[in-house]
Amino acid sequence: MNPDLNYEYALLLPEFILAATAALVLFADAFRQELRVSRRLLPWLAVLGALVAGVVSLAYLDRSDDFAELLTIDDFTTFFRVLFAAIVVVLILGSHEFVERHVRHVGEFYALLLLATVGAIFMSAARELITAYIAIELLSFSLYVAVSLTLGDRRSGEASLKYVLLGGVASAMLLYGLSLLYGIAGSTQYAEIGAAFAAGTADFEWALVLSLALLIGGLGFKASAVPFHMWTPDAYEGAPLPITAFLSATSKAAIVALLLRVFGGPLLPAIDEWQWMMATLAVLTMAFGNLIALQQSNIKRLLAYSSIGQVGYMLMAVTAISFETSSALLLHVAGYLVTNLAVFAAVIAVHNRTGDERIAGFRGLAETQPYLALVLTAGLFSLAGMPLFAGFATKFILFQAVASEGFLWLSVVAVIASTVSLYYYLQVIRQMYLYPPDGDAARWRPSFTALATTGGLLLGVVFIGLYAGPLFRLADGAATALFV
Amino acid sequence: MTENDGLLLLALLLLPLGTALLLMVVPSRERSAIIALTAASSLAMFLVSVYVFLSYDYGDPAQFQGVRAWTWMENVGILGEKGIQLKVGVDGIAAAMVLLTGIITMAGTWVSWKIEHRTKDFFILLYVLAAGVFGTFVMLDLFFWFLLYETAVLPMYLLIAVWGSTRKEYGAMKLMMMLVGASILIFAGIFAIYTEAGLGTFDLEALFGADYPVSFQKIFFPIIAVGCGTLGGLFPFHSWSPDGHAAAPTAVSMLHAGVLMKLGAFGIIRLGFQVLPEGAEFWAPGLLTLGIVAALYGAVSALRQTDLKLMTGFSSVSHMGYVFVGLGTFNAIGITGSVLQMFAHGVMTALFFLLIGAMYDQSHDREIPHFSGMAKQMPIWAAFFVIAGLASLGLPGLSGFVAELHIFIGAFRAYPIVGGLAVLTAAITATYLLRMFAQSFFGEMNPAWSGMREMAWPERAGAAVLAASILWLGLWPSPWIDRIAATVEGLQGVAL
Repeated sequence: MNPDLNYEYALLLPEFILAATAALVLFADAFRQELRVSRRLLPWLAVLGALVAGVVSLAYLDRSDDFAELLTIDDFTTFFRVLFAAIVVVLILGSHEFVERHVRHVGEFYALLLLATVGAIFMSAARELITAYIAIELLSFSLYVAVSLTLGDRRSGEASLKYVLLGGVASAMLLYGLSLLYGIAGSTQYAEIGAAFAAGTADFEWALVLSLALLIGGLGFKASAVPFHMWTPDAYEGAPLPITAFLSATSKAAIVALLLRVFGGPLLPAIDEWQWMMATLAVLTMAFGNLIALQQSNIKRLLAYSSIGQVGYMLMAVTAISFETSSALLLHVAGYLVTNLAVFAAVIAVHNRTGDERIAGFRGLAETQPYLALVLTAGLFSLAGMPLFAGFATKFILFQAVASEGFLWLSVVAVIASTVSLYYYLQVIRQMYLYPPDGDAARWRPSFTALATTGGLLLGVVFIGLYAGPLFRLADGAATALFV
Repeated sequence: MTENDGLLLLALLLLPLGTALLLMVVPSRERSAIIALTAASSLAMFLVSVYVFLSYDYGDPAQFQGVRAWTWMENVGILGEKGIQLKVGVDGIAAAMVLLTGIITMAGTWVSWKIEHRTKDFFILLYVLAAGVFGTFVMLDLFFWFLLYETAVLPMYLLIAVWGSTRKEYGAMKLMMMLVGASILIFAGIFAIYTEAGLGTFDLEALFGADYPVSFQKIFFPIIAVGCGTLGGLFPFHSWSPDGHAAAPTAVSMLHAGVLMKLGAFGIIRLGFQVLPEGAEFWAPGLLTLGIVAALYGAVSALRQTDLKLMTGFSSVSHMGYVFVGLGTFNAIGITGSVLQMFAHGVMTALFFLLIGAMYDQSHDREIPHFSGMAKQMPIWAAFFVIAGLASLGLPGLSGFVAELHIFIGAFRAYPIVGGLAVLTAAITATYLLRMFAQSFFGEMNPAWSGMREMAWPERAGAAVLAASILWLGLWPSPWIDRIAATVEGLQGVAL
């Protein structure tokens, strides 16, 4: 151990709690007969662990420390710690019934969810390339397995295999890019890489462009940016619904955090070399994600392509990176997470009843379950950026920030893409409101936890839509930590 | 108006929103509760809007009155001091539009009580729409202005697709995608204006005063004008309008043609004329050209329609064409006329759609040739229809005359040839309306319709309110003209 470094393990307490909970869940599941615990207990254990981790994270507000020059614990990290812990809580509350019925190896499922969250947090906290890489792999490996856990669905195994193989290629690209970057800058520390670029000592132009291309390609794969998105629809379709939700929420937000740390920090001096690549990627992702979504008939695939489109908006903000766009991007990401979870919570609640994944399966929902139809409508309108809901406010501010950085054309492309997206979201809304239910037309009630989660998320979507101020301030604080 | 009246302006936004929220918790089988709630709420909105209109003091040099702002978000991210505020206030133009919205919302509520299918959901969406419209007219912050502008469009899809008739899904989707598509341009305009002003605030009053290079104004005025103009039925971006109107249920057609389309023209004044005056002056002839083409094209198309609602839809395009002609004259009298026309067309077209709805609910037929002698069967209905029709063709003493006279004078001053074409349009309008009256109202009674009954009381009341507004504006227009002209004369660059 290098005695000059700061080994204050208390800085990583939330992650220890999450990992320990994961181990505890696995243990309780494996010895549940000896311990006489019911499987029903597992989700609550996981929720408790995530809840505690989230609350403990708040203790690190207004701090700026590093752990052994590997991880930074500042407001930016805290922002994502709380978000990611909250996602786990909401996701498990909204889907524990689903998990009981449709998931193999329940214990492993919850443990993987928690471990993936640890990986996601480390992605947002890393201040060094190898740590960042390990964090990405922790997240990815957890998800490779989790995708395959759907009970009795052959698509699940296929999806997992596809995801692993393509993920491996992406990791190789990423590693190659990272090693080139190390070769150019002479360090894996973000700060030292940045210093090397700023001092002009890192001037291997072609190697740099190659390294950046590999880096953006590898990260683009993990973020499912077009043209590296091929795995996404299959993985989304095969995975159990809560994992689909996790893929579209935590794993997207974690990549955004990592991109902001890397491209807003060490690579900022090299912006001329990568800005055009990022812009291209953003435009392709916005355009194709939304256009291909138009043809989907399965709700999971629709949401897969819609989340690809959403990633495009986030990449666009990274293109125009600055303090202002970063704070707007963090606001948008938080709003997107709430909205997306609302949509998935409602879809899961409907699926618990109907077991149908087709968009046509939502027929007549406005008559059989008007409340869930309302939540889903609000969520989809919000994803499309319609007013009164979170999507309008956060997109408005995000696009304005990008336009203010001199990228008016990019934000116009983004508005066009949003408009296209409205068309396919309306297809789902149409099914719910315009047609009578297909078979069983009786009213039904979702479970209490489903009602509570969707209700909370709906309130969140409307609150952010009308009064984004408090969240914006938090996002702004997190972005300030990034641009000191 | 005093600063405290700003609270009333805010109430115009909160009343319909609050009603929509309350309706959500009322059980759908409690019809009488739904009716009582909407009756009270729409009456309150009407009274507030009358008060706002009357208390707007046109002698006061302050252009915006009842101005009141609540801090919303500031000094965070891209936002500077006063970044986004909930800021309300009206000028003379907005005051007139608020009154129009109050009248039509109330009448539209009355006629919707007879809807049987998911009544509660209908009113929730209708009131969200009303909140959006009221809000757009009273907001003085660009962020909220646009939020509410879009809110007014949002419920249209479901309102038409669920409760509409004739190709309702097609009409609803076309309307929604065209309007949201047009919003792309408004988004672009807003982003550019905010960036160019560089003030870090969406406060409209601050943005009015900011300095924009002339070249910037010339580029972005047409973008704003087409973006907003699409909602206003600006030729050639109007094609959603006849289809949407034909498909929409009665109250939605009323609100939509009566008020929502005015939001488009209002947007051109707010964002175009007030923020980018030099751009507006440069492009005014273009607006005028599109306006006169729309007026003629709409009138000629209306000649060819046999569906009563499509005829009215095209007639709306034609009358909204006058609005753009008035704006394009870029002189005070023309623009005043154009705002008057917004009001006049609003009440008149709402009355048309109300009456068509009252008939269609019984007949399920709107083909003009299928009807004759209706004046014998439904005399009250026919009388109201004739009032609306005569207002539409510009008979002196009714609202349309006052508005069109101003526009014609303005047009003759600016470009005499356009004035001539505008008068020609009025003649065509008279042709298709009088022909329709002769065909459907008079002559031999068609026995197929002998079972038709006179309008129900809520419909009569709604029609009476609208007809009274038509007469009032026609006989004593000065309350409107004073308020509107005071504001219009303050617009930068406008010839007096």
